[in-house]
Amino acid sequence: MTLAPDTPPPPGDSAPIFGTHLFDGCAAAKGYALNAMCFSFNEAANREAFLADEDAYCQRYGLNSEQLDAVRARNVLAMIEAGGNIYYLAKLAGIFGLNVQDVGAQQTGMSVDEFKAMLLAQGRKAGED
Amino acid sequence: MAQIIGGYFTSHVPAIGGAIVRGDQEEPYWKPFFDGFPPVREWLEAERPDVAVCFYNDHGLNFFLDKMPTFAVGAAHEYRNEDEGWGLPLFKSFAGHPDLSWHIIEQLVGDEFDVTTCQSMLVDHALSIPFELAYPEAQEWPLKLVPIAINTVQYPLPSAKRCLALGRAVHRALVSWQGAEKIVVIGTGGLSHQLDGERAGFVNPDYDRFCMDSLAANPEAICVDSTKEIVRKSGSQGVEILNWIAARGALGAAPARETHRNYHIPISNTAAATMLLETT
Repeated sequence: MTLAPDTPPPPGDSAPIFGTHLFDGCAAAKGYALNAMCFSFNEAANREAFLADEDAYCQRYGLNSEQLDAVRARNVLAMIEAGGNIYYLAKLAGIFGLNVQDVGAQQTGMSVDEFKAMLLAQGRKAGED
Repeated sequence: MAQIIGGYFTSHVPAIGGAIVRGDQEEPYWKPFFDGFPPVREWLEAERPDVAVCFYNDHGLNFFLDKMPTFAVGAAHEYRNEDEGWGLPLFKSFAGHPDLSWHIIEQLVGDEFDVTTCQSMLVDHALSIPFELAYPEAQEWPLKLVPIAINTVQYPLPSAKRCLALGRAVHRALVSWQGAEKIVVIGTGGLSHQLDGERAGFVNPDYDRFCMDSLAANPEAICVDSTKEIVRKSGSQGVEILNWIAARGALGAAPARETHRNYHIPISNTAAATMLLETT
């Protein structure tokens, strides 16, 4: 098949996707300070500085109160609401020894074991199809 | 003239790096995934490509939101990995092929893909892990690299259709390259997965199967959807299929031949897939 140069987007494109937050320009602008801080955690010395004095480190990057509260609460959904992007937030989570499955469990309200079991169950189901 | 031997496609989940370091390849959780790689290794051992043109997405190692290119082509002599912030092993450096990079860049801009060019570029796990999987014994990588990064982080993302066209422009560059190298095209990432939001843990085997079934002979079928529709069907990070689509484009418009496929759920939060396509 070939696609016409002016193929329009398919219908329904504007419909929201459950539990999914597209990181658009609005979010990128809103979350810039938080994501910049997380980006700094690529360097070990910065991770140590954050652990040594978390509030001072957040202040240095100019996090707003919504972002500060979300970081203090270790609340990933609140961080996303405050403009955080998961690729950068993962670096913050890593400081606390949390991986994407821990983060997934927190966001879905499951225990980590439940979250892992949910994924394994999807694998078994796919294998049966 | 150069020869394009085919395409190697695989997921690039960071946890794979940890599993390799721990030697977990035979563990029940990991074995179904790692079992997908002997055919990849055998094919590369038989073909011995000299250069890899690799489409991937950066996860906040080289690019930050201060400057976020939609398409970025590496033109460096060397590509290093560095600390990504969450305990991954440091991966080996790659030797670049700047002459081929600039040839590709000339073709792309000539074809009106106004790419960002990078003479200094760090590469992250999304690029390193596929090579670790393909060449597990290598002390240094036996081939040179031309990395092409696609923005899958900050919307608006390029459409799948545009990524396929980008790949086809890369194909034209490879066809006109006067060197004698054997070239392998690589696409990394996917398949369906979602790390963020209340839908974290979402996978979609039906859609993944559709993508894998379409890749060799009819990649246009995947390109009918907008990126948002792809996210709906494959998850926030499932949109990394864009890297696969661009890589498929770089194999040319003719149908390719699927010679290997492995698919396994889950690796971490991901429906993991590995495929080989050969050009006909």
